[in-house]
Formats: sequence, structure tokens, C-alpha cells
Amino acid sequence: MDLRIFLEQVPDDDVTWAQMLLSGLEWTLAVAFFAWIVAFVLGSLVGIMRTTDKRWLVRLGGAYVELFRNIPLLVQFFLWYYVVPDLVPGLKSWVITLDPTWHQFGTAVVCLAFFTSSRIAEQVRSGIQSLPRGQRNAGYALGLTQMQTYRYVLLPMAYRIIIPPLTSELMNLIKNTAVAYSIGLVELFFRTREMGEATFRYFEAFGAATVIYIVIAMTANRVMAFIERRVAVPGYIAGGK
Amino acid sequence: MGDLDFEVIGRTLPYLWTGLQYTLKLTLTAAVGGVIFGTLLAMARLSSIKPLAMLAAAYVNLMRSIPLLLVIFWFYFLVPVILQTITGAERPVQLGADRSAYITFIMFEAAFFCEIMRAGIQSIPKGQVNAGFALGFTYWQSMKLIILPQAFRNMLPILLTQTIVLFQDVSLVSLLNVTDFVGAAVKIAQRDSRVLEMYLFVAVVYFLLSFSLSTAVKQLQKRIAIIR
Repeated sequence: MDLRIFLEQVPDDDVTWAQMLLSGLEWTLAVAFFAWIVAFVLGSLVGIMRTTDKRWLVRLGGAYVELFRNIPLLVQFFLWYYVVPDLVPGLKSWVITLDPTWHQFGTAVVCLAFFTSSRIAEQVRSGIQSLPRGQRNAGYALGLTQMQTYRYVLLPMAYRIIIPPLTSELMNLIKNTAVAYSIGLVELFFRTREMGEATFRYFEAFGAATVIYIVIAMTANRVMAFIERRVAVPGYIAGGK
Repeated sequence: MGDLDFEVIGRTLPYLWTGLQYTLKLTLTAAVGGVIFGTLLAMARLSSIKPLAMLAAAYVNLMRSIPLLLVIFWFYFLVPVILQTITGAERPVQLGADRSAYITFIMFEAAFFCEIMRAGIQSIPKGQVNAGFALGFTYWQSMKLIILPQAFRNMLPILLTQTIVLFQDVSLVSLLNVTDFVGAAVKIAQRDSRVLEMYLFVAVVYFLLSFSLSTAVKQLQKRIAIIR
């Protein structure tokens, strides 16, 4: 074990290995950030769809969730990266003009966003369904439309209830960004392997990556716990005092 | 588009089948081994011996907070060294990625099965444990005869759901050049330049298998729920 390796120069480059790993970390965080935003919006829409009284919407939402939950993430990466550009007319000719890094980044965001959205949809659905039926009826009785009932009655409570499972989904998302290594995105895991192969210091490289991933996971966990406390409604669920 | 050739699948079906067999074997072994080690880990986490409980908790939390891909590569490099220490060999014992994957997945899944079994054990009323001790059972006897059978049955649907997740996660070993189902498809895709056909085929097969398994688990869950 020799930690000085991190201060050594990367061959043919004017950065150290530590900077190399950190640049990988930036890509990891960027992918996770954008994928989370898209996944949250999409997942909420699909989750809400599955709790409406329109049968076809419920079915459609169900099919969406099953599609993304039953194909391995790695295969989904391959589909988005190699197959989708060929199947969508015009997409391929546009993709070729892109910088490969941006193509990989875009693919990783889209792939992880859809994958994660199916999981968020399940959480949103179960959050809404865990509310007493009376809340929805009370909304309607007050003359609120279905939209308004969701906006002002159901969703504010449902989101608060599902913060803990959403936390684990966020942590899963961050861990899943490592699979973007399979399409060549230069994220943290890619840089870790690169360092291992170039220097044969696998233990140092993997050890550093392990520590970094643990720190991100713990930070994400703390941030979500902070949000949970901030939005807690007194007298409700666990948060209220 | 337009020049899709799905005959490549028919031609290479035997090879794909050996890949799928590896995937299934690895999934089953890791599920069985993972449940056994996971149950032991869960008992350790619930143990009144503090250092043991802390050690088990640290292991589980470590496994759950780093990416599976990183775990797979860790074990790929570590297992030869560990085996060297155990067997006292002169050089690291090279297992090959396809065999070290068995150890990786058993150890990784143990952490996840541990949390499921812990919830299962904790769902058994405390009175039953005391009843066991009152009858003169030892700790191991009451675990084996009273608690674990019930915990296992209560958690069966969740254990099976986790096994379906495991079945999908196994695909990651293809990144170590192992010929699992995905690995076989990738190799053919590259050799015959049939990327589209191969990846679509893999996706469809995985979807059909996972979907029917998870539907079966849902049915089982309903039946168990009625009994209780």
C-alpha cells in the first residue's frame, strides 16, 4: 500500500491520478444529478397514472414499469447505446456528429433516468395508495377537480411518506452510474479501472473508489434525511414532534 | 434498418444456451449460498455479542453502499490472494473470472439476503423465543426448529424477488469477459456484426423470464397472504 501513487502523473497527461479519479467523480455526479431529475418527473407521472380511475392509464403505467424492471440495466445500456439510434430514423446521423463523450453521457442519463423512473413510479404509487381513501373523497367533496385533489391533497402527503424509499433509490442510482463504464463513459469506475491497469496498483485504486462511493452514499443519505426533517408535518408520520 | 437478420439467433442458439445455463447456474448457486450466509449474517447482526453484531453490520453496510460492479472487480483481484493465504500456496491461486464470480455473488447477495432474513427473524413474536428457551431448547435448536422456518416462509416472496434482481445483476459478469447469457450474445454480436439482433434477443428473453417469474411470485404472495 503506497498512497503516493495518487500524486503521480498520469502518463501522457499533465494531471495526477487523484485528479483523474476526481474528474471521473464529476461525471458520475453529473449523470446521477440529471438522471435523478428526469427520473423523478417521469416516475411521478407514471406513478400518478397508475392511481387514477382511467383503466387504460393504469394499464399503460403498469406496462411501463414492467418493461424497465424486467430487463437488466446492462442490457438497457446496450439497447440505448447501440440499438435505439439504429431504430429511430434520423437519430443515428445526428448521434454520429456528436462528441463521443457527450453521446455516452446523454445515453447514460437517458438510460438511468428511464430505469430509475420505473422504480420511483412504484414508490409514488404505493405512497398515494397508502393514504386513506377518505382523503381523495374529501378532496372531491370540497369540489376540487382530480388534478387539484392530487396537487393539494394527495401528493403533498404521499411524497413525504416515500422519502425513505426514495433515498435508497437515489443511492441505487448513484451506484448504478458505474454500469455506464460498459459504454465507455469516463466516470469514476472507468477511471478506477484505468488507474489499476496503468499502474498495477489495483488495491489503491479500488480502495480509493470504495471510499469515494461510501462518502457519496452517506452524503446522499444525510441530504435526504435533512429534507425529510425540513418538510415533516407536525403530528404526522415519524417526523412530527 | 431493413437488413435485420434474425437467423443469426437460430445459428448460434446452442452457444447462447450454454451462456444462459451459466447465468442460471450462477443465479441459483448465489441464491442458495447467499440465503445460507445471509441467514448466518442476520443471526450475527441480531447477536447479543456486540463485536460480532458490529462486524456483521459493517460488512452488510459496506456491500450495500458500493456498486456491484466494483464488488465484482474487487473479488476478482482479491479472491486469488485470499485463497493463497488460506491454502498457503506460493503464488496467488488463479480461479478465472467465471469461477470467482460464484464467490463474489454469494458474498454480495449474502448482505442483501441478510437484511431480508433479519426482518423475517424480527417479525417472529418474542414470546416464541422465550417459549423455546422455557422448553429447554438451546439457541441453535430454537433457531432451527422454531424461528428460522417461520422467518423463511414469511420472507419467501421477498427472497424470490431479490433472486430475480440477482438473475438480472448476473449480467454484469460479462464485463469481465465471462460467457454468461449476455456475454455470449456480446461475443456473437461482435463476431458476426449482428449487434441489433443479438441485443434485442437478449432483452426479450430476459424480459420474458423475469416477467413470468415475478408474476409467479405475485401469485405466491397472494396465496401466502390468504393462509395467514
